[in-house]
Amino acid sequence: MNGVRKGYVRPLDLRQGRVDMTHGSGGRAMAQLIEELFTSRLGNAYLGQGNDAAVLPIPPGRLVMSTDAHVVSPLFFPGGDIGCLSVHGTINDVAVMGATPLYLAASFILEEGFPLGDLARIVESMAAAAGDAAVPVVTGDTKVVQKGMGDGVYITTTGVGVVAEGQELSGDRARPGDRIIVSGSIGEHGMAIMAQRESIGFAAPIVSDTAALHGLIAAMRASGAAIRALRDPTRGGVATTLNEIARQSGVGMMLQESALPVQAEVAAACEFLGLDPLYVANEGKLLAIVALEDADSLLAAMHAHPLGQRAALIGTVHRDAQHFVQMTTAFGGRRIVDWLTGEQLPRIC
Amino acid sequence: MRFIDEFRDGELARGLAAAIRQHARGDRDYHFMEFCGGHTHAISRYGVTDLLPGHVRMIHGPGCPVCVLPIGRIDMAIRLVREAGVTLCSYGDPMRVPASGGLSLLKAKAALGRAGVGGDIRMVYSGADALTLAQRNPQRQVVFFAIGFETTTPPTAVLIKQARALGLGNFSVLCCHVLTPSAIASILESPEVRQWGTVPLDGFIGPAHVSTIIGTRPYEFFAEEYRKPVVIAGFEPLDVMQAILMLIEQVNSGRAVVENEFSRAVTRDGNRKAQDLVAEVFELRRSFAWRGLGELPYSALRIRREFADFDAERRFAVGYEAVADHPACECGAILRGVKRPQECRIFGSVCTPENPIGSCMVSSEGACAAHYSFGRFTDLAEAP
Repeated sequence: MNGVRKGYVRPLDLRQGRVDMTHGSGGRAMAQLIEELFTSRLGNAYLGQGNDAAVLPIPPGRLVMSTDAHVVSPLFFPGGDIGCLSVHGTINDVAVMGATPLYLAASFILEEGFPLGDLARIVESMAAAAGDAAVPVVTGDTKVVQKGMGDGVYITTTGVGVVAEGQELSGDRARPGDRIIVSGSIGEHGMAIMAQRESIGFAAPIVSDTAALHGLIAAMRASGAAIRALRDPTRGGVATTLNEIARQSGVGMMLQESALPVQAEVAAACEFLGLDPLYVANEGKLLAIVALEDADSLLAAMHAHPLGQRAALIGTVHRDAQHFVQMTTAFGGRRIVDWLTGEQLPRIC
Repeated sequence: MRFIDEFRDGELARGLAAAIRQHARGDRDYHFMEFCGGHTHAISRYGVTDLLPGHVRMIHGPGCPVCVLPIGRIDMAIRLVREAGVTLCSYGDPMRVPASGGLSLLKAKAALGRAGVGGDIRMVYSGADALTLAQRNPQRQVVFFAIGFETTTPPTAVLIKQARALGLGNFSVLCCHVLTPSAIASILESPEVRQWGTVPLDGFIGPAHVSTIIGTRPYEFFAEEYRKPVVIAGFEPLDVMQAILMLIEQVNSGRAVVENEFSRAVTRDGNRKAQDLVAEVFELRRSFAWRGLGELPYSALRIRREFADFDAERRFAVGYEAVADHPACECGAILRGVKRPQECRIFGSVCTPENPIGSCMVSSEGACAAHYSFGRFTDLAEAP
């Protein structure tokens, strides 16, 4: 009697094992990686079908779809990792359109030599984030590139959701007189990444704000406030996002510097590095443009949600043919809050 | 934030603004040059100009190290990468300064070959990062692109001494350190100030960080010889406003002396230890080309012969070649206070922070970038 066991494959070595080129070759090693590392963690009925694509039921409404590539370095940072970030980022992009996010697709580009244990941690984090958000990862893909051609792992996620007819949230709907609300303190994700980078260490830990915002958005919509636009101020921060909306809507904006919520640690870190929190990325915050008369009720609804407790009214929309975003400084002067120029922080999401 | 917010207090600012309005005589104008880019940035970022009466005007000075770097110096850095195959480490801002042939360090970096082959360009936050890189990669020649006024010179001196102590054979410095007093002298000697009076100049806000090193003594000559008041001021907006008030008081009383608003950090003699360190490692260059100000005698530093092994100019035998600025670019006139950014024909059209033509549009401390990023609504915007 020999020791050959039918269909037996030695389990993946999550302690010592590393991604190698066979994991992307389409053979048995790839099938094993997908089954043991991905499907087992992300498991749901659709993914479990094992087909080339997922066949999904959708409720009535219009389909909303968004995709987002994640290349953050370092892959693990205080408050999160590339796994949960890739889930939150795409859910938020769908949710700020007023849609209910339903499904995610995920594609991984793995670098040869990447530790399987780290990959498992990342996939577990994705699974937890998707589970908490109740938005399953229903299909995926894995490719492996040679050592030196990638940076550990890149993850692209695509999300779909539905939005009912008549729900119109869009960056071109801001009108003079509208109010600008931010859902909480700004700049935490970017500074958490910065602090984690090898050469700069801060004593006080700054934790990324990465979070899925569709629950908060649902609460905001339930308040009945006339919300014109929602957007999550990721790369380029609040400043860049407001400039996008100002240009799309053909309006100007005036912010009050003293009203901007910024954690003391983030403010100190920005000061130290010569950065402006207005330009630092967020991954769990949103900006809302709302009609003047509904600003208070919307703010109250946000304050009642765990992710909106520090929501604040930070500015107003006005007529301006130049579409400038300006700010009254705490010092008492005025200045432009311009588009981000160049690269403030590389590879933050 | 303690020790920060105190210097940005809006209420104190309004009090100072009232005092400035009260002291500034109605029968004359006041023109003050803030020497440093740090002051320019503070003025623009906090909207200090909005708090000043119309007849108290600020002129942006040449004290932005990135702005005064001539094209030929960036070309040298690029040649080191392309021809000598070195790993060049630069601060972020010089990366975007336009060089010859439509290049910049950033564009040269994008055009590099595959990682690990040939030269390389890295952005660093401090020269110490460059030294570490050299230690970790003994097979590569690492060059630190050292720029800046007297503030950044002592750290470069420390780096060079550390490299020698470590016996590093693969680390050197492309030294572009320049001297503040030379630039001030050049402005005061310029015909626009001295003869023609086209640049009215009633006093200077003197450097903050530079003065922590060199002290206030070097400015005494300017106050005496040229009868210009100098107030050394910190980089916080209240420092700037306090300095403006002190300058107005000097002008009103006919005095021209050096006063020190930044006494929390600056003394008359400065930091002797740092000065000694600089003198040990560096010596005066006979002449150095500045953007906008031209060749200025004894206005910059080079590495002493004793430390020649760590001098990239000697090690790789790269020489400086002068290159003319873009013909439409007014950076030269802007750096001398002759023109304001918005008076340049290509400001905000051809030349923007995304596609800078001149160096003043590159650094956030540059007069053009500061006006473009923070102040151009004053030319264009409608009031809310």
